[in-house]
Amino acid sequence: MGRTVSSMPSAAARVVLVTGVSRFLGARVASTLQADPGIERVIGVDTVPPTTPLGRTEFVRVDIRTPSIAKIISSAEVDTVVHLNLVTNASGPRSKVKEFNVIGTMQLLAACQRSPDMRKLVVRSSAAVYGSSPMDPAVFTERDEPVEAPTSGYAKDAVEVEGYVRGLRRRRSDLTVSVLRFANFLGPGVDSPLTRYLRMPVVPTVLGFDPRLQFVHEDDGVEVLRRMTVEDHPGCFNVAGDGVLLLSQALRRAGRPYVPVPAPSISTLGDLGRRFAGLSGFSPELQRWLTYGRVIDTTALVGELAWRPKYGSEAAFADFVSAQGLGRSAPLELIDRLGAALGRG
Amino acid sequence: MNAHHHDDRRPAGEQGAQVIPLNTARPEPRIDEPGPPPSERHPLERRAAAGLAFLRRRLAGEYEVDEFGFDPELNRTVLLPLARALYERWFRVELSGQENVPADGGALIVANHSGTVPIDGIMLSVGVHDHLHRDLRLLGADLIYQVPMLGHLSRKAGHTLASPADATRLLGKGELVGVFPEGFKGVGKPFAERYRLQRFGRGGFVETALRANVPIIPCAIVGAEEIYPKLAELKPLARLLGLPYFPVTPTFPWLGPAGLVPLPSKWMIQFGEPMPLGDYGPDAADDPMTVFNLTDHVRENVQQMLYDTLLRRGPAFF
Repeated sequence: MGRTVSSMPSAAARVVLVTGVSRFLGARVASTLQADPGIERVIGVDTVPPTTPLGRTEFVRVDIRTPSIAKIISSAEVDTVVHLNLVTNASGPRSKVKEFNVIGTMQLLAACQRSPDMRKLVVRSSAAVYGSSPMDPAVFTERDEPVEAPTSGYAKDAVEVEGYVRGLRRRRSDLTVSVLRFANFLGPGVDSPLTRYLRMPVVPTVLGFDPRLQFVHEDDGVEVLRRMTVEDHPGCFNVAGDGVLLLSQALRRAGRPYVPVPAPSISTLGDLGRRFAGLSGFSPELQRWLTYGRVIDTTALVGELAWRPKYGSEAAFADFVSAQGLGRSAPLELIDRLGAALGRG
Repeated sequence: MNAHHHDDRRPAGEQGAQVIPLNTARPEPRIDEPGPPPSERHPLERRAAAGLAFLRRRLAGEYEVDEFGFDPELNRTVLLPLARALYERWFRVELSGQENVPADGGALIVANHSGTVPIDGIMLSVGVHDHLHRDLRLLGADLIYQVPMLGHLSRKAGHTLASPADATRLLGKGELVGVFPEGFKGVGKPFAERYRLQRFGRGGFVETALRANVPIIPCAIVGAEEIYPKLAELKPLARLLGLPYFPVTPTFPWLGPAGLVPLPSKWMIQFGEPMPLGDYGPDAADDPMTVFNLTDHVRENVQQMLYDTLLRRGPAFF
C-alpha cells in the first residue's frame, strides 16, 4: 500500500528536516537528500556546526531539547522529519546523553504533532531495543518483545524514544511513521564504541562467550534512510546486513590479537582504559552485546523495499577492515610460508 | 543395525583425526598451486597440506556460520570427532530405524532424555550425522546458554534455545530438529525411575510441528540411564550453584574428577515410524485438545519403543 501512496506527488517529501546533522550519519543522509532534485529544501539541525560541507543543506544551529525547534518546523513548513539524533556513543556524561536522546525527541515530536504541514517521520532507532540475554530467541523479528528489556544506556533511550513515537502515531494517524532498528554500523567512515573496541591493541573478549554479531554498512544505512524519506514505508523495520559473524571470527578476519578475560574484569579494564588511555570504556549494553550477541531478521525490510543491503555483515566488516588497514596476522604469515614450502616439496 | 558400518563419505580406516578434503568450497587454492596434482602426491603430504589449509582457514576466520551460530566445519572436524570416540568405543552405540528419518526437509525428532548429564543429545547428533548424513539441530534448555563455554559450543555444534520461535525458524529452513520434551525432569530423574518417561512438557513441540507441517519422528535412546546412576541429590548445593539438581552417583562426588567419567553402558538408538501431522492442518495447533492428545500419543509411542529396545539390548554394560 505504501508504494501506491508514494506515487502520488502530494505525498513526496518537499521540505525535509534532518536532526543530528553534524554527526556522521546525519551528515551523510543530509548530503544524499540535498542531491535529490525532488526535494525543495533540506534543513539540518544540530547543536554544533557540521564539519563537512553539506551542499545546499541549510544548517540551523538549534538544540532540539528547546521549543525553538517548533518554530523552525512551522516557519519552514517542514513536511518530513528525519530524526537521526540518537546518540549511541558514550560521549560525555550519561545524564546529558539521556537528556539529549529522550527530552530532545519529546520536544521534536511535540513540534511534529502541532504542525499542520507534517506528513512523515523517519526515526533512527537501534536493534539494541531487543536487549541481549542468554534466553533470547536466535533471531529477533519486529514483532518480538525483548526477553530482558535494556535497563541502561542508549538502548534504554531507544526504547523510550520508540514509545514516544508510538504515542505520536496514535495521536496523528495521518502521519507516515517509519522506525528503523539498525544493527551496529560499520564502514570506512564510522567511528563508534565498536570501532574503537576493534582497534584496541589487544582486544579483550568475554571468557567463555562468543557472540553472534551483525553489522550494517554505512552506505546501506544511508540508502535505507533515503528510501524511507522519499518513499512511503510506514512501520517498524530491522536493518542489518545479511549473515552473521561470530566475534572470534571477526577478530580473526581483522587479524586482531584477542585475549578472553572473565566478565567482571572486562568492565574494570574498560574503566582503566577510560581513565588512563582516553578510551571510551565499555558501556553495560556494549558489554552485554559482546557477551550474548544479537541477530535480527530483516525479511520485513527486504519485502517492503524489494531491495537487499548491498553489503552483508561479512562484507561490511571486510570493508571496515580494509579501510582501517587491518587484516593479516603473524600466525597466518607463518602458515602461508609453511604451506608454500610444502607445495614446493 | 550395526553402529560400526562406515560412513562412505569418509575414507576407510581413519577414525580419530579426519582428513579434510582439499579445496572444499574454496574458490582459489592458494597452497598447492605450484605442486603436482593432489592425486600424485604422497598421502602424508596431502594430509599435512590439508591440515595446514584447515588451520589457515580457522585462523583467518574464513568460514561461515549461520544465523544460529552453527559452524559446520568446526562441528565436522573438531566437535563431532571428539564425541565420536565416545560413541563408537565407549558406549558402542547401535543405531536402527534410519529409514524412518527423511533424507531431506524439515522433521522433528522427539526423544527421551536421561543420564543426569545430557550426553544423550551429543550421541544422537553423532548418530544422525554419521549414519543419516544430516546435521541435527537440537533445542536445548536456557541454562546451557547461560553457562560460559557451553553456550557458544552448543551454538557452534548447531543447537539452539528451546523456544517455539527458534524451532519454527529451523523447521522452516528444512532442518532436522531434535527435542527432548522431558527437559530436566528427564535427565535428572533418579536411577530407580529409569526408562520411565516423565511429563512431555506442555506439548509445545507438537504445536510447532503442526504449524510447520513436518512429521514427528519418535526416538528411543537406551543406555544413557546407566552412565551416571543418580542415587540422590544435594538440594542446598544445587540451589547455591543455580543448578536444577546436584547429583550423587556411585562415583560422584566420592571419586572427585574420576567420578565424572561416565559408566560404559551399552547404548541403542531407535528411530520409530514418522507420525505425519498433515491431516490435522496448521489450525490444529490452536486446539489444545488435539495438541494434548497428540502429545500423549507421541509419548506412548516413545515409551513403547523404549521398552522394546531395552529388551533387545539385554544387559546394561556388555
